[in-house]
Amino acid sequence: MLKIKEHTRETPLIRTIRFQEKLPATPAQFVMVWVPGVDEFPMSVSYVGSRFGITYQIIGEGTKALSALKTGDKIGIRGPYGRGFTLKGKRILVVAGGAGMAPIVPLLEEAAKRRIKTDLVLGARTKEELLFERRAAKSGATIHISTDDGTKGFKGFATELAWSLLQAKKYDAIYACGPERMAAKLMDMAARKRTPMEASLERIMKCGIGICDSCALDGKHVCKDGPVFSIKELRSFDDFGMTKLDQSGRKVPI
Amino acid sequence: MTDLSVEVCGLRLRNPTMLASGVLDETGKSMLAVAKAGAGAIVTKSIGRDPRVGHPNPTVVELDHGLLNAMGLPNPGIELYAEEINEAKKSGIPIIGSVFGGTEEEIADLAMLMERSGADAVELNLSCPHAKGYGAELGSTPERVESICRLTRGKTKVPILAKLTPNTSSIADLARAAERGGAHCIVAINTLKGMAIDPESRQPILGNKFGGLSGPAIKPVGVRCVYEIYEAVQIPIIGVGGIASGKDAIEYMMAGASAVQIGTAVWTEGTGIFGKVCKEMSKFMKENGYATPRELVGVAHPARR
Repeated sequence: MLKIKEHTRETPLIRTIRFQEKLPATPAQFVMVWVPGVDEFPMSVSYVGSRFGITYQIIGEGTKALSALKTGDKIGIRGPYGRGFTLKGKRILVVAGGAGMAPIVPLLEEAAKRRIKTDLVLGARTKEELLFERRAAKSGATIHISTDDGTKGFKGFATELAWSLLQAKKYDAIYACGPERMAAKLMDMAARKRTPMEASLERIMKCGIGICDSCALDGKHVCKDGPVFSIKELRSFDDFGMTKLDQSGRKVPI
Repeated sequence: MTDLSVEVCGLRLRNPTMLASGVLDETGKSMLAVAKAGAGAIVTKSIGRDPRVGHPNPTVVELDHGLLNAMGLPNPGIELYAEEINEAKKSGIPIIGSVFGGTEEEIADLAMLMERSGADAVELNLSCPHAKGYGAELGSTPERVESICRLTRGKTKVPILAKLTPNTSSIADLARAAERGGAHCIVAINTLKGMAIDPESRQPILGNKFGGLSGPAIKPVGVRCVYEIYEAVQIPIIGVGGIASGKDAIEYMMAGASAVQIGTAVWTEGTGIFGKVCKEMSKFMKENGYATPRELVGVAHPARR
């Protein structure tokens, strides 16, 4: 059980919790967060290393209960789990959609440490939902903003903005986290440009440790083999961008 | 490498290691991956009549010497699951369909549907310790174990494996009952009923409060159960509980198991565990003069020593 050190509002629906403790994690690795008596769910680590933190969107009963907790309250944390991003190259394109920015922002900070030139496409439905814009700017990344409604930056999808950047420049690698349809479109773009890519995916997770098969994706497991997959893996998946498993293991459309 | 192939109640296995029910077996492609990693056979997730979401999280508690789980029998229902069986069968190894139900008739009917779905055998889950109205709640008395096996026998042609609970005063009595009812094989053991409490929040951790303990901590219990069952019945036994090495598997076989199942070790070792156990078994057999796995079965009993 860890004590909540700081609980802050990032956007109308997104919150960050910081802890006193240190958690060495690779960007896009996750932890299982237990709200006693309520639920346990996977969450991206948004601050790695000392005073680690998680960032989450309020989407159901569990996250609603979590959002009501205050400084000094305790929650259970197990992890970090899974395989995070592997940074490569000298110039990279990073694409984050909505709450998908949570695991991307520590990647930007790591890229800055390694003096990798980074273009970030940060997308959201509307201006207020843009996550960690200031933190991204502080990392030194060049920021390209898109909103679906045009309240800030480019009006349209992050993928459209990413494509125009891919047409103009050559990147050593692309990194993505956001809605799966966004990641699927980027996969096609990366393939056309013959550029290596990694995307962090999301599935229902129960055990978090690679045994229960809830997060199965074409025989791989998002909790253990992922959540980050390479373009080679993504292209081999029949389910990617198409179907996922529900709580009972039935295939449902993405 | 030593020939590790075995035959258990008519099922031909390339080696005595099987994937235990509940681990990486909700989807056909995961089962294919486990087959590719070297398992000799696969037991599916326990499947019921209707889709079921299972218990709320937390569904696992990681412990130093094992794992406590209360998944709560999540499954997509028998109708949809046929597709996963089909996929898994591409592996060419025996696929054993595990079923659970709330009544004796329901279990027998599900076994029949599982056979129709293409399963090479059925495993009756008479032992899940944490799902109200299912599993061990039906499988804790010899009378019901016998009648479930008998009803199932009347509705199926494939081999019937009865998976028994150790949470009882005499697992040997349950095994005798399964044999009387017509089961072709005993699988022992399912998890031990357990609980973990978080001292700071003063409450059980699992969403279901109770769960089943598996892994290295329960191996001596499993070995003892197999030993007792071997003295009680003539039908073959499959040993399961805490197997993570060739030596563990050999212990179970010497106690009387003809084959073994592996589940929790997939957590700690990954799917490579099947290959690892086989390699270690064959090394032991070679060094100690055993030509086939069959020669190991039951040798710890005075009558076979």
